[in-house]
Amino acid sequence: MQRGVVIIGAGHGGSQVGFSLRQEGYDGPIHLVSDEPDLPYHKPPLSKAYLKDASQDVQILRAEKAYADARIELALGRKAQAVDRQARAIRFTDGATLPYDRLVIATGATNRKLALTGCDLAGLHSIRTRADAAYLREAMDAASDIAVIGGGFIGLEAAATFALLGKSVTVIEVAPSILGRAVSPVVAAHVDAEYRKLGIRVLTAMGLERLEGEAGCMRAIRLTDGTSVAADLVLVGIGATPNDALAREAGLTCDNGIVVDATLATSDPTIFAIGDVANFPHSQAGRRVRLESVQNASDQAKHVAKTIMGKAEDYRETPWFWSDQGPMKLQMAGLSFGADRHVRSGAPDDPAFSVYHYAGDRLLAVDSVNRPGDHMVARRLIAAGISPSEADLGEGPERLKSLIGR
Amino acid sequence: MSQVTFIERDGTRRIVEVVSGESLMQAGTRAGVDGIIGECGGSCMCATCHVYLTDEDFARLDPPDAMEQDALEFTASNQRPTSRLGCQVKLSSATDGLTITVAEA
Repeated sequence: MQRGVVIIGAGHGGSQVGFSLRQEGYDGPIHLVSDEPDLPYHKPPLSKAYLKDASQDVQILRAEKAYADARIELALGRKAQAVDRQARAIRFTDGATLPYDRLVIATGATNRKLALTGCDLAGLHSIRTRADAAYLREAMDAASDIAVIGGGFIGLEAAATFALLGKSVTVIEVAPSILGRAVSPVVAAHVDAEYRKLGIRVLTAMGLERLEGEAGCMRAIRLTDGTSVAADLVLVGIGATPNDALAREAGLTCDNGIVVDATLATSDPTIFAIGDVANFPHSQAGRRVRLESVQNASDQAKHVAKTIMGKAEDYRETPWFWSDQGPMKLQMAGLSFGADRHVRSGAPDDPAFSVYHYAGDRLLAVDSVNRPGDHMVARRLIAAGISPSEADLGEGPERLKSLIGR
Repeated sequence: MSQVTFIERDGTRRIVEVVSGESLMQAGTRAGVDGIIGECGGSCMCATCHVYLTDEDFARLDPPDAMEQDALEFTASNQRPTSRLGCQVKLSSATDGLTITVAEA
């Protein structure tokens, strides 16, 4: 009897795999396993729309009917504890087993935890799941001073949301700049300046000494410069680590995530990994990467379905990301590793602009601020391997469109 | 109570009761309309909620803004004059009776 495909993890990637398999003509059983009890839902709005409006429910990815129509069996609220590669079955925490012909691991990542005196105080939050965001949304009402530890995408998105709701907000970043690992310095400086205009305090190059409280409740954060920041609620957004324990314990090769080849197969040819947890060789960057994004998860899901159906090709989608930061729409296309030249388009004081990253004459990546048209064109340019010259950039969007035949 | 009708790629007609303030994409995904994906959640980034309106319905709504036009032009396949991204069409009592055809893949 056919065991079928088992998918562990029901984020954007895991949820997509079954539908893509059906599209590719797969007719066997498909099981989607999630340790969360909810029907799979969109995670990006948790730090924005969901947080802002208490009447909002999470936005589901698909209706329950869609899974039934595609004959995808949902195993919600069930945690996979082990993968038995000899028996080709996964084992749940309750001891039950589920056999597979092919296994897709899409377990995502977990928020890095703060290791600091005072981390046991009530009022410490992070955002990853619906439960996290619901807990934060409830606690937020009573809070007046909110500190965000970590100036990355999620922390800053939430900071903008808090400010909009009239909270006093301080962002504390240990690095010299916010968004340091994510966007170019020009974009980071622009976001920093815009946030200060919104009344958000941004402290960079600032270390943390300890969290301080009264009667078990958060009151302040003591900083390494001896000052302290009042905070009755603290949101921690200091990155994430891949959920690769299951794979590691099963003896699969792991190194900052589950190591996969360009077809997304792990060191066991019957097991695949996609999305935040997968460490894959990136064709354009010429190195291994692990990307945490909706686009990467969704496109790898579609790709792994092809691989499982015997159409193994190398995964080579152009990465793109977005982050809605208060009044700013940040959009990134490509990966800027190894860039040695950065060209800003448009007038120097225009609050809507793009930064083009080059290695020599080769365009690697483009960061855009409130320039969605630039972003869309950039995705096409990078995918096609077309590198506009600085003169082309100077001529404006119409010239760039013409380079991709528009 | 306001309703819209989705026509799926195989011709199936699906009448969906809408919640005021939600988008066409949200109404479609909530009801499980085949072919309405909304991969980016409504950020006008992925064009997986591409639909066609009738000429009359298209004229009835506010026109697509520059961001939506760019997304349609560069990410949607089979664009037509009445193409819209479902995530950018907000529903209300004023949009009652829209007929929406899911775009070809």
